[in-house]
Amino acid sequence: MFGEGILQGLYETARNFFGSYVDKDRLVTVQYPEERHQLPEATREFPFLLYDGPDPEAGLRCVACQICEKECPPRCIHIEKSKDKKPDFVGKQQFYPAVFDIDVSVCMSCQICVEVCPFDAIRMDNEYELSTSNRFGGLLYTKRELAKPNEYYRKIHPTEAAETDDRRAKEAEEAKAKAAAAAAAAAAKAAQVAAIPAVAANGATGNGAAPKPAEQPADKKPVNQ
Amino acid sequence: MTTVAELERRVEAGEDGLGDILEVSMGPHHPSTHGVFRMDVRLEGEKVVRLKPVFGYLHRNHEKIAEHGAYLSAIPYTDRLDYLCSMTNNWGYVLAVEKLAGIPVPERAEYIRVIVAELTRFQNHAGLVGFLLQDMGASGTPLMYAFREREKILDLFESLSGARMMCNYLRFGGLRVDCTAAWLEEVRRLVAGLPKFVDEFEALLRTNEILMARTQGTGILPRELAINAGVTGPMLRASGVNYDIRKVDRYGVYDRFEFRVPLGDHGDVYDRYMMRILEMRESLKILEQALRGIPEGPIMDPKTRLRGLRPKAGEAYGRIEAPKGELGFFLISDGTGNPYRYRVRPPSMINLTILEDMCLGHNIADVVVILGSVDIVLGEVDR
Ligand code: SF4
Ligand code: SF4
Repeated sequence: MFGEGILQGLYETARNFFGSYVDKDRLVTVQYPEERHQLPEATREFPFLLYDGPDPEAGLRCVACQICEKECPPRCIHIEKSKDKKPDFVGKQQFYPAVFDIDVSVCMSCQICVEVCPFDAIRMDNEYELSTSNRFGGLLYTKRELAKPNEYYRKIHPTEAAETDDRRAKEAEEAKAKAAAAAAAAAAKAAQVAAIPAVAANGATGNGAAPKPAEQPADKKPVNQ
Repeated sequence: MTTVAELERRVEAGEDGLGDILEVSMGPHHPSTHGVFRMDVRLEGEKVVRLKPVFGYLHRNHEKIAEHGAYLSAIPYTDRLDYLCSMTNNWGYVLAVEKLAGIPVPERAEYIRVIVAELTRFQNHAGLVGFLLQDMGASGTPLMYAFREREKILDLFESLSGARMMCNYLRFGGLRVDCTAAWLEEVRRLVAGLPKFVDEFEALLRTNEILMARTQGTGILPRELAINAGVTGPMLRASGVNYDIRKVDRYGVYDRFEFRVPLGDHGDVYDRYMMRILEMRESLKILEQALRGIPEGPIMDPKTRLRGLRPKAGEAYGRIEAPKGELGFFLISDGTGNPYRYRVRPPSMINLTILEDMCLGHNIADVVVILGSVDIVLGEVDR
């Protein structure tokens, strides 16, 4: 019958319309901004820098190795290495970024920087209400705006953060054990040397304090991390 | 119908009684063209006598950017080719790199690839049908239903890869992260509900008399012309050519799944519309099988180097059946860390080249419908 198809279509429309009052599958929108969907844990928006402890300067994990700067596809990261060094979480002396800027108006949220960083220093934020009326400065984030504590990371990506924390705790322990072993070995050597003339002993104490720190722990991670 | 050349000759000769030839520039900001795309249309009355597609408004220098970056850094850029189907774009590219560098892919990764690719195909086709019906005046309703289902799929993509559309999920040699059992369960639940949606979606307009009058016999693409023009994907199959790269190349693990390749016989807009609906059903079949057969295991060989990959000098062409047709990536390596040449074969651009042949002799109002049935995304056409 002519018109049957149209009636059939109208029936479907009516079904969907009334269904949207009772069936959650037929109504997926929410009244943003009053209501919000919960974001999945994996959600990524823009990168931020992680720091441990209370001080964003001293605890910053980034060692300014500049790998992310090189790998970032649109090259929106700008890093300047420091002249001096500060100790990292295993006590090794490392550089830190004197300048670390990300231009998030260029960033394409690809997460490549996170994937290539061997020091767990950079992670993806899930903050999305970032609009600003300042076109030039407003979206250029400096080190100060980028640094966020590890607790924040644990809050937004709990699973991932727990894994990272576990791994880092293990690495720190291993490094500590290695350092202790190295110190013991050095002490033993010093004791041995101490038996012979004093000149040699002097040299030994000079070196013994700083045993070659356990090899760079991060290097042991597979390259494709 | 008079040919264009003849018509132009007669107009130039100043012949009387021809009516005026009117030149209309449709686009690039016309809301009914899909994206920033312009058609230079010449009309005699309402009839189209010449149509020139003009593109390039969205050119982003994709190929050269990829040639200046490492192999890894091109993956997020491929998301932005056909921005509705980032997963399949990733796959085309990583397939080319895997061929170039001889990288093996674990089985679990292959299965997850199939799952995300078929979900992508499903949401692309649902969206396309919605847009096509919108072009014909079914304002909003079908598109809204299509986007409602698409949103559910995109939510799954987000919880898997972190982003709804720019997934950046596949890696040469595998995937970026593994999916959880809970995620697979979610997909199973979704896939179980989708056939009902397809039924409804089909019932909405399949037998609608207005739709049939508008689409049947409109924009016919003959089989030979389709083959000669290099048209691929659902458009080619709507013209009755059995060519599906999932069947021809059997890349990935597609040889393990049973599915049919739907074929049309008229090659008109209606066939192209039905082709999408039928392919959605086939995608669901593949999804069910893949979800049943997915093995445990690694998703990436730990020896695979992502950063600093330097394939031996050589060349490779990787192609997949993207929702829009054959998506190919051609790579030449000179042994350094970035490709010497990187070339994309974008299905929607090549499918668009025969637009004029399909439109000649139709009314101007049909041009929009025919364009809608091609399924283009300008991010891919212009690159
Ligand atoms: S997310 Fe991607 S684009 Fe943004 S800073 Fe990181 S690497 Fe660069
Ligand atoms: S890769 Fe990591 S440690 Fe290196 S500069 Fe970037 S954020 Fe810092």
